[in-house]
Amino acid sequence: MTAPLLIARDLRRTFASGGRRVAALDGVSLEIAPGETLGLVGASGCGKSTLARVLTRLVAPEAGSVHFMGADWLKLSGSRLRAARRHMQMVFQEPLAAFNPRATVAGVLADALRIHAVVPKAERGAEIARLVDRVGLPAALAGRSIRNISGGQRQRVAIARAIAVRPRLVILDEAVSALDVSVRGRILDLLVDLQRETGVSYLFVSHDLAVVRAVSHRIAVMDAGRIVEEGPAAEVIAAPSTAVLGRLIDAVPRLKGKPQA
Amino acid sequence: MSALAAISNLAVAYRNAALPALSDVSLEIEAGEILAVIGESGSGKSTFARALIGLLPQRTAISGRIDWPGLDGAPRAGRDIGCVFQDPGSSLNPVLRIGEQVGEGARRHLGLGRRAADAEAVRLIGRVRLPEPERIARAFPHQLSGGQRQRVAIAAAIAARPRLLVADEVTSALDVVVQAAIVDLLVELVRADGMTLVFVTHDLALASGIADRIAVMAAGRLVELGPAAELVAAPKTAATAALVAAHIDLATPPLVGDAP
Ligand SMILES: Nc1ncnc2c1ncn2[C@@H]1O[C@H](COP(=O)(O)OP(=O)(O)O)[C@@H](O)[C@H]1O
Ligand SMILES: Nc1ncnc2c1ncn2[C@@H]1O[C@H](COP(=O)(O)OP(=O)(O)O)[C@@H](O)[C@H]1O
Ligand SMILES: [Mg+2]
Ligand SMILES: [Mg+2]
Repeated sequence: MTAPLLIARDLRRTFASGGRRVAALDGVSLEIAPGETLGLVGASGCGKSTLARVLTRLVAPEAGSVHFMGADWLKLSGSRLRAARRHMQMVFQEPLAAFNPRATVAGVLADALRIHAVVPKAERGAEIARLVDRVGLPAALAGRSIRNISGGQRQRVAIARAIAVRPRLVILDEAVSALDVSVRGRILDLLVDLQRETGVSYLFVSHDLAVVRAVSHRIAVMDAGRIVEEGPAAEVIAAPSTAVLGRLIDAVPRLKGKPQA
Repeated sequence: MSALAAISNLAVAYRNAALPALSDVSLEIEAGEILAVIGESGSGKSTFARALIGLLPQRTAISGRIDWPGLDGAPRAGRDIGCVFQDPGSSLNPVLRIGEQVGEGARRHLGLGRRAADAEAVRLIGRVRLPEPERIARAFPHQLSGGQRQRVAIAAAIAARPRLLVADEVTSALDVVVQAAIVDLLVELVRADGMTLVFVTHDLALASGIADRIAVMAAGRLVELGPAAELVAAPKTAATAALVAAHIDLATPPLVGDAP
């Protein structure tokens, strides 16, 4: 078995809320293997985004450790941090907030390629065209402002930006939750294809168990800052051992006709 | 069943828009039914909902007719038609207490005095199954979760006892568990009061779970309309078939296998 790409141990983080401290992460441990998708599912407020933000170092944990690509990730700084950062990318639910709103699609990708010196400058234009095409966007869209494209197109740009730097891990936090179901399906197909091609790992975070199951090799169920169930997606869902997972399973809308009155 | 509303050849073009948002839409909304309106984003669902409510922006070109054979005259917004939207923040006033906002419709349209309206608000807050209605009536919107705010918006929408409730993507911003609870609540209220519900969503599965009939929109047109079960079981148009194909639940074949 290959060594895990990422190992998180006993991550803890609290926030002040109405005079109390709420434990958003109450001792979370997990591992992600190369080429694997770990699905993280749970009701809203259970701590999923906090975990994503701690892993990407947007939020500092109060305790715990993260090893990423063999390095003590939370202790990295300077040039070693910059070099490793390239390999952990993140895609959010509403990517507009994650872009300079005045940038064009090509500009967003050019910045990512430049910052991490992914390809020689002379090849940047061609690489941008390749990325735009790879995520299924028309070439003509490259010159458009990020503000003037649809939500689904913007999410493709966010994915293109994330994969542009050829990362080892992409953390997707509710990345398809705001998209309508037709667009959602095409984005999920794209993510799975990219993984097959490049061997990238995903941490796929969502409140939607059906979507998580569709794209994940393993799933982890989170509740009140803890991971309460974990394992191969099919096994965990076939035999839920917590009430939280039972509720998530029951809440999945099934396609059916009118129920009998 | 008798028709609450009859829509014929409805067309809507927003100002400065290259294409019409709705073209040639005709259908009847039956009194007491749950009609789901589904379609991809941009297909015209919200435009249809706004046309029904009478809330299209000024200087929008509207043609065709909407008649209300089930009402005594033209509908009065807020009185005969209640509406709830995706973002309850947009309909709730952040600086007014929940009780005042929920009681507002009863005060304005049912002629209740302040004291009676306050009591009615507490009753409605309980009816949408919020805990401790008296306490919630005194709270402000920011003190509630997204799902609780959506329940408050529903309570406010039904305060004047409307005949028609229009719900536009009311669960799209909520997590799946809260979404299921809100949908159950809507169905319960609508059936108990004999209200008519127009339920707008991009999610066919949600629609199929509650609707009597489903209307499918594509590119501003009504492309299919039929009983929910039939439409799902045997789609007659490519648009409906695509929505059926896009559905993901726990029986959908996974896109990946067990281990990388
Ligand atoms: N920056 C913050 N300040 C205060 N509380 C926060 C902050 N971020 C998250 N929380 C709280 O931490 C808990 C977990 O939130 P979050 O990680 O966003 O959950 P999820 O993504 O599963 O919905 C919630 O109670 C939330 O209110
Ligand atoms: N206020 C508006 N001004 C101009 N165009 C609009 C406006 N609202 C919606 N549209 C356009 O009308 C079409 C239908 O939109 P909408 O009714 O919101 O669809 P849906 O609710 O199905 O996503 C889309 O092309 C949309 O861009
Ligand atoms: Mg979150
Ligand atoms: Mg809409």
